[in-house]
Amino acid sequence: MLSTVLLIVLGMVMVALLLNLWRLFRGPSTPDRILALDTLYLNAIALIVLFGLWKDAALYFEAALLIALLGFVSTVALCKYLLRGDIIE
Amino acid sequence: MILLWIALLPLFGVLVPLLCSQRSRLFTTWATAAAPAIALGLTLSQAGTVLQHQTLRYTLSWLPSLQLDYALRLDGLALLFVCLVLGIGLLVILYASYYLSEQDSMPRFYACFMLFMAAMLGVVMANNLILLWISWEITSISSFLLISYWWQKSEARKGARMALTVTAAGGLALLAGLLLIGHMVGSYSLDVVLQHGDLIRNHPLYTLTLCLILLGAFTKSAQFPFHFWLPHAMSAPTPVSAYLHSATMVKAGIFLLVRLYPVLAGTDQWYSIVSLAGMCTLLLGAYFALFQHDLKGLLAYSTLSHLGLIVLLLSIGSPASTVAALFHIINHAIFKASLFMAAGIIDHETGSRDMRRLNGLWKYMPYTATLAMVAALSMAGVPLLNGFLSKEMFFAETLNQSILGSLSWLVPVLATLAGVFSVAYSLRFIHDVFFNGEPIGLSKTPHEPPRYMKLPVEILVGLCLLVGIFPEFMVQPILDAASAAVLQDQVPSYSLAIWHGFNFPLLMSLVAMAGGVLVYTQRRHLFRFQHQFEAVDAKREFERLIQLSVRRANVFSRWLENDSLQRYLLLMLLALLVLLGSSLRELHPLSGGRSLLPLDPVTLCAGLVLILSAIATVVVNRQRMLSLLFLSVTGLMVSLLFARFAAPDLALTQLVVEVVSIILLMLALFFLPYKTPRNAAAPRNLLRDSAIALVLGALVGSLCFALLSRPFDSISSFFMAKSKTDGGGNNVVNVILVDFRGFDTLGEITVLGIAALGIFRLLEHLRLFKPSADGEGRLWARQRDSVILNVIAQGILPLALLVSVYIFLRGHNNPGGGFIAGLITSVGIILQYIAHGVSWLKPRMRLNYALMIASGVTIACLTGLGSLWWDRPFLTSWFDHFHLPLIGDVELASAMAFDLGVYLTVVGATLMMLANLGKLTTAHRPQYEEMQ
Repeated sequence: MLSTVLLIVLGMVMVALLLNLWRLFRGPSTPDRILALDTLYLNAIALIVLFGLWKDAALYFEAALLIALLGFVSTVALCKYLLRGDIIE
Repeated sequence: MILLWIALLPLFGVLVPLLCSQRSRLFTTWATAAAPAIALGLTLSQAGTVLQHQTLRYTLSWLPSLQLDYALRLDGLALLFVCLVLGIGLLVILYASYYLSEQDSMPRFYACFMLFMAAMLGVVMANNLILLWISWEITSISSFLLISYWWQKSEARKGARMALTVTAAGGLALLAGLLLIGHMVGSYSLDVVLQHGDLIRNHPLYTLTLCLILLGAFTKSAQFPFHFWLPHAMSAPTPVSAYLHSATMVKAGIFLLVRLYPVLAGTDQWYSIVSLAGMCTLLLGAYFALFQHDLKGLLAYSTLSHLGLIVLLLSIGSPASTVAALFHIINHAIFKASLFMAAGIIDHETGSRDMRRLNGLWKYMPYTATLAMVAALSMAGVPLLNGFLSKEMFFAETLNQSILGSLSWLVPVLATLAGVFSVAYSLRFIHDVFFNGEPIGLSKTPHEPPRYMKLPVEILVGLCLLVGIFPEFMVQPILDAASAAVLQDQVPSYSLAIWHGFNFPLLMSLVAMAGGVLVYTQRRHLFRFQHQFEAVDAKREFERLIQLSVRRANVFSRWLENDSLQRYLLLMLLALLVLLGSSLRELHPLSGGRSLLPLDPVTLCAGLVLILSAIATVVVNRQRMLSLLFLSVTGLMVSLLFARFAAPDLALTQLVVEVVSIILLMLALFFLPYKTPRNAAAPRNLLRDSAIALVLGALVGSLCFALLSRPFDSISSFFMAKSKTDGGGNNVVNVILVDFRGFDTLGEITVLGIAALGIFRLLEHLRLFKPSADGEGRLWARQRDSVILNVIAQGILPLALLVSVYIFLRGHNNPGGGFIAGLITSVGIILQYIAHGVSWLKPRMRLNYALMIASGVTIACLTGLGSLWWDRPFLTSWFDHFHLPLIGDVELASAMAFDLGVYLTVVGATLMMLANLGKLTTAHRPQYEEMQ
């Protein structure tokens, strides 16, 4: 049961990833793109956790933890750049 | 062991004058003289053994894999030269102390002087050809420093540059020659080389080797056609000319010829090249010496002529002529050094060296005049003085040779002619300077120099007389020993007697004397004859040549290096294409036959995202921000693939590095144009560039496929097996970093620290133009802080620190370690910088990044050094398990302390780079806001 659900969810996350990429490419505005990147990070976390569940390996969660922690920082840096140009004032 | 001290004492002596810079001049002089004096004493203590024709040796292994040993030898020849170098060196040190004026820096002079002395000892005592060459080069460099001692004068700089260019170019040729000898014999040890004379002379490479070594020797000893640098080197202070350019350095080339005489001499090539150069130099020097108006110029050309004489004697190749050459080396060093010193005294006390103005000095300085005249007469070859004896031997030798075949009768005639000019210029030195009327237009009234300034001249002139009158007693033993060393114990019987009866050489001497007097009295006609030729200024010609070659080289390097990165990349990729393509063609079939993994949809999808984002990066490459976004997607996907294919350490590292580099690029992007300007040549090159990129990508892809599909046994299995047992950790990557290859890591964190400090220095005073609006013309937002961001950022910092402590601690056994932990900590702190800004953070977080880097590297070093305490090699790690209540089994490893060093350095370096890049604008910020 779980494996079926996992497979379905994995498939949906993969579609989401590709759509994120499309939004990143199309824009049209830069905030759209930053949002697309941030969502892409989120979906990557989802992907890696689901993959870990699927393969039954805890090692993948570490990477997910780091992406959760750090993906945020690059989004912040990008937004700050948009707002103020200078990210460290 | 004593040999080592003789060679090294003057080298330590380099430091003595530098340490004495606060002391009085007299103290400096005596302190400097101490080291060579002790070395001379040590040499003389060994002289007894060496004079019994024994060779002393001392060998210290230096770089055995290159056959380079610190090997010294002291045989008769080396003893002779060591005595010259140290003895005359000591006299010159004393002399220079009076010669240098108050404004001249004494420590600098003495330090260069001692360096030269040490190098010269290295040349003459070396028992290894490469060691000899290294010392040889140091003599070139120290001589450059000494000639340019008065660097304010353009002549001194030009003369020094010319001397360095010529001798250093010769030095390179010499190195090639010596390497060829090593190649033929199979060893660089002089002991071995000297045993293989026949092998070398019959080798097909002999002519090439001979030419290269002669190039080295002739440039150093200023033999025709490389003689032109020596007269220009006379812009050096006179003590330098007395020491380097008469007694020692120019003799280094001759020393080399004598040293390699047993292996190189005796062939037709040797006869023809060496005799021709020697003969030309002998005549040229003697002739032009007469026309010099500068006192030192006269002596310089005369030195050329005497060096030519010695070289000519060596080329004759009979045992007796070699003895005569060695004898003349001693005599020339003695009388020429004293003449230079006398010339220096005259220059010092009258303020001029121009012989047209210096006249009648006999009245003012009779004592110096007497000394100088004795030395000049010795140079002319007058009986009862040492110059006479060796000149007599030279004349005798020119009569028994056949170096020019059927034209050999020319040699004695030309030798006599050179003798005539030698007498004439010696007479000019005596008559023009000390008699011939009154001095003209001197700036000061000449008088006798200080007492001890004359002492070195007195000693040398005394030696001229003693050697001239009691030659058997004075020089016979050392001449015997030196000849034995050169001729390998086949010393001919020779007589050093003053009187040989009425014979042909005596007749030649008499002709030379009479001719010399005649030429001198009739010199006006000769001067007029010489005047009609336009003088060629070697210095100007040389400068022109140098300038020309510099221009050519510039044109060439501008052509090769035109600052186009695209072009560099193109050339590099093309080279790669050729190299890769040619070797991949031989690989058939491409697949190595390992069974492939099944394709799962998740990996496929991640791969697809990776490929698409990579393509998108290229497509949007002119919009910098956008391509950066795609680049970060690529990076994310790469790290996911690392995680997927069981490389968790790599995945974690890649993730953190990705974030840090995005921040770094954002910082830089602020100062850069919003869009990359369109390249005019881009459309034309588009097809070419994409074709190359595609082909190269296909090649690299095939290479990866070929590699991955083959069973591959690498070094990694060793690390896998030893990681737990030897390094005490399960995480092989981390154990490799901190233990197996700990030394590499130590080097890397040091480089990281240096890079961070370098960036700090570069950015310190940089002020950049700060754009007031973004690329689409929108002004920046006015509000600086965002409350939400501030709160979240502050909340994330402890989390980030917690994660990094966790990653750090478990690093030895599970994915993680100091490097990743350091980067996570830095990202956490950088987030605070982004949210709050530098000015808010500065008083709240007092971290000294430079100190962090320093302590990190120090901790890592100390961990490494700690193992020395237990007699283990540097960076041996230690680990053990402890059981603690509540916590359980704890493993402690010294590698953890090393990892802490890595952690601190990474945090310090990353923050130093990013924070300083961020700080670039802070100084201007308040002003900007006031304007708003």
